[in-house]
Amino acid sequence: MEIFADWTLRVVALGAGLLGAVSGFLGSFAVLRRQSLLGDALSHAALPGIALAFLITGSKATVPILIGAAMTGWVGTLVVRLIVRRSRVPYDAALGLVLSVFFGLGLVLLTVIQKRPDAAQAGLETYLFGQAAALLRADVVVMAVVATVVLLVLMLAWKEMKVLTFDRAYGESLGLPMGRLDGLVTALLVVTIVLGLQTVGVVLMSAMIVAPGAAARQWTRRLGSMVTVAAGIGVAAGVSGAVLSSIVPRLPTGPTIVLILSGVVGVSLLMAPERGLVWRRLQLGRLRRRPRQEPVLMHLHALSLQHPDDPDHGHEVSVLRTMSPADIDVEGALTALAERGLAASDRRGLWAPTELGRREAQRTLKREADR
Amino acid sequence: MDAGHVPAVEVEDLTVAYTGSPVLWDLDLQVASGTRTAIVGPNGAGKSTLIKAVMGLIEPVAGAVRIFGKPGLEVRGSIAYVPQRATLEWDFPTDVLDVVTMGTYGRLGWFRRPGAPESATAEAALEQVEMSSFAHRPIAQHSGGQQQRILLARALAQDAEIYLLDEPFQGVDAPTERAIVRVLDDLATAGRTVVVVHHDLQTVAEYFNHVALLNVRIIAAGPVATTFTEDNLRLTFGGRVGVLAARAGSV
Amino acid sequence: MNPEVEILLIAVVTSVACALPGVFLVLRRLALVSDAITHAILPGIVVAFFLTGSLTSPLLVVAAAATGVLSVVLIEAMHRTRLVAEDAAIGLVFPAFFSLGVVLVTRWAGKVHLDTDSVLLGELAFAPFDRFIVGGVDLGPVALWMMSGILLLNLALIVVVFKELKLATLDPALAAVLGFSPVLLHYLLMTAVSVTAVGAFSAAGSILVVALMIAPPAAAYLLVENFKPMLLLSGGLGALGAVGGYGLARWLDVSIAGSMAVVCGLIFAGAFTFGPERGLVSQIRRRSAQRVEFAARLLAVHLLHHEGTMREAVECAVSNLNVHLGWPVPATRKAIAFTVARGLAFEEGPVLHLTEVGRRFAEDLSAGGI
Repeated sequence: MEIFADWTLRVVALGAGLLGAVSGFLGSFAVLRRQSLLGDALSHAALPGIALAFLITGSKATVPILIGAAMTGWVGTLVVRLIVRRSRVPYDAALGLVLSVFFGLGLVLLTVIQKRPDAAQAGLETYLFGQAAALLRADVVVMAVVATVVLLVLMLAWKEMKVLTFDRAYGESLGLPMGRLDGLVTALLVVTIVLGLQTVGVVLMSAMIVAPGAAARQWTRRLGSMVTVAAGIGVAAGVSGAVLSSIVPRLPTGPTIVLILSGVVGVSLLMAPERGLVWRRLQLGRLRRRPRQEPVLMHLHALSLQHPDDPDHGHEVSVLRTMSPADIDVEGALTALAERGLAASDRRGLWAPTELGRREAQRTLKREADR
Repeated sequence: MDAGHVPAVEVEDLTVAYTGSPVLWDLDLQVASGTRTAIVGPNGAGKSTLIKAVMGLIEPVAGAVRIFGKPGLEVRGSIAYVPQRATLEWDFPTDVLDVVTMGTYGRLGWFRRPGAPESATAEAALEQVEMSSFAHRPIAQHSGGQQQRILLARALAQDAEIYLLDEPFQGVDAPTERAIVRVLDDLATAGRTVVVVHHDLQTVAEYFNHVALLNVRIIAAGPVATTFTEDNLRLTFGGRVGVLAARAGSV
Repeated sequence: MNPEVEILLIAVVTSVACALPGVFLVLRRLALVSDAITHAILPGIVVAFFLTGSLTSPLLVVAAAATGVLSVVLIEAMHRTRLVAEDAAIGLVFPAFFSLGVVLVTRWAGKVHLDTDSVLLGELAFAPFDRFIVGGVDLGPVALWMMSGILLLNLALIVVVFKELKLATLDPALAAVLGFSPVLLHYLLMTAVSVTAVGAFSAAGSILVVALMIAPPAAAYLLVENFKPMLLLSGGLGALGAVGGYGLARWLDVSIAGSMAVVCGLIFAGAFTFGPERGLVSQIRRRSAQRVEFAARLLAVHLLHHEGTMREAVECAVSNLNVHLGWPVPATRKAIAFTVARGLAFEEGPVLHLTEVGRRFAEDLSAGGI
């Protein structure tokens, strides 16, 4: 494409794409661990660090500013943890406190900077909303390094990450170093957020963390595919946001990326197979249109009662057909029951109710008895 | 206890406190190898805390836990822990077999991925809890009882010497209860040690051969026949004697 | 009035108006909904500003507050589908609203005098420039009138539905059973938060509104036990934060809103550290005093357990107690000294025994559980 010949755009698109990938990787775990808003607090807590680094070094050089941001961001997470452990203030209030008070401190420091005569001060405010256009090649290199580290950690400690996310206490009981891994993941998250501040800014960084994972969850059944899809969504949103905002005049990059991500989340919540709302609605309709299943299930249940020692004893379809009234589509009903997990057939094509099916049948019997 | 046998679990002078006031109080308990022990006590008696302390998930104020004579933390992995299912987030993107395979992670060590042998172990464990046909279903789609069996299968895949189960019978359906009891029988036959936090007094005598009555401290511990008495229950549960006496009588 | 007094008054009124609904947010675990609302009102402000051309028009307040409430509706709808957790829903909704607002502002930047920095950061120093003039008479800054009105609305809401709000906060299920719709109360509260956020953003900026809504109530939550004192104290601490913040800003010549947030944070840090009952210092002091006494009680019960048993000589040997209790040697020594000094135990040769008093003490502890 012609526009990719533009050097600046190439850097910006690459940077935004890499940021999207890393956010997708780490954000998936944050979403699953109910830490979605940690990113929000972290990105706000980074502001005083940015200002402090500038006050100390007097320059806008990327590396010291990122170090400063990461340090106050890290302090922010520690303060949240301290408040929750040592007082009755709940987690969400602690997050809100750290987020807003650290940000206020950052604002105070920014006004201090504004009074200094140096010309280099301009541009610090860009961290509020991000300024993707100002991304440098060096920034992209740093992002690529972080992305590689994240990918390596995920590949090497994949099963440990899985246990940490699903059942941390169990991981500890297996003797896996859950605490150290948690620290590592949080540190990587801090670095990612700090890198993202340049591109999308303080306010919108939280969406970069949450949205790819939340969208990807709807389309996938496995952690591996969720993380991959999330990274893909992050890359796609990052690159397309960067390109779009360079084509359309006066369209800021960060908000554009976030709006694209929000659109993806909306579509996922509605359309994703199995979980999506529209899909669920269609499923409901299909259930209603399905052949009548109840009589067949009741017959299966009755047959299984004749084999109390072997509840999974299978029965011929022909037997069920004989038992059922003529207007019932027995095969269709059995297929539908199997889809609902109420009946199962064995290799020989013999049918038996599942446990769920037996329970369902008992419930129906009880309902009828109550009536 | 004869000198030749090292107890599977030995808790000595254990005290655990969360914020000042003790949850477990100078507790001594020995669980002999190969027994099935129920831990019974009222709410807030510290039953789950005891399990977690034995697992080394909580640091005690005082006292020690020894597993086959060794400090608890050294032999992590030889104990299989089944947490209360309600403490987990079940809308997690994975299937049943994958969760059960987690039981083999401790053996695998760092960096190694589970392969075919681990899957085979996990499948066998699922077979034991009668969940084979659900192996490739997402875990989110299961009932409470099925979730409980998944966690039990995960512990079985660990192939441990000692099994610690925290309220496995809480809110499960009858088939699950039967499946769990069958697994406990199998484990007993294989000579494994099983410790279960249990809340249903009526089934204690049926499912277990040892019982530890707990209320912050150990009220009584030993074989069910001699320990699970009305007097001991009254000491453990305090005021609600009438109900309990009736229940103990029915045992 | 001179402008400085006016600024101070606006600061105090804004702060108190934010702290009052903040009490409910903190208690109902909705603290971060304030974060969501304060950001989500941006598109409402922008659109209403296009239409009215004024940042203080009542229409703008209504439109922007409606956007805030809409964001809450959306968050809850998303959460109800059970496809995303509540925190994720918050983290998805408000950046989307905010981005929409930023894009609207940037696209039409040439036509309006509204920039996102001021929405995010606020500038109290400019508030007195916008005067409320009726029939040629200057009645003071518009912002002061608006925030006073909002403060009165919040007060009225709390006074009128005090017992319902209290009940719905402490026990939503009971409130529903008694016929007070928790949903209605919830949205009343959310509307109040939205209106307050809209009124306060031009003075304080949207992120600092979060500080004003959360920090004073969270501090009060650590200082008092009851609901009504907590409300009063939150208002008071909010006012204190405003005055202190203004003073700090004047002294250092920095952002007023930023210093208000910092001082509110410091007030919370003070309550967290030095609170008489729940503060960190008193926690630590209480714990170290308890530790020795607790250890002594533990030791007494340990002695009682092993009294007269075959293992007594081993379990209760002074030189060995640290091993059996799993304590460090100095702590064990301190506990032994404490029990002996209190006359609970005595040393006989190598073994520590309970005295008669000590035995009764230990038996009481044992029987009582603790």
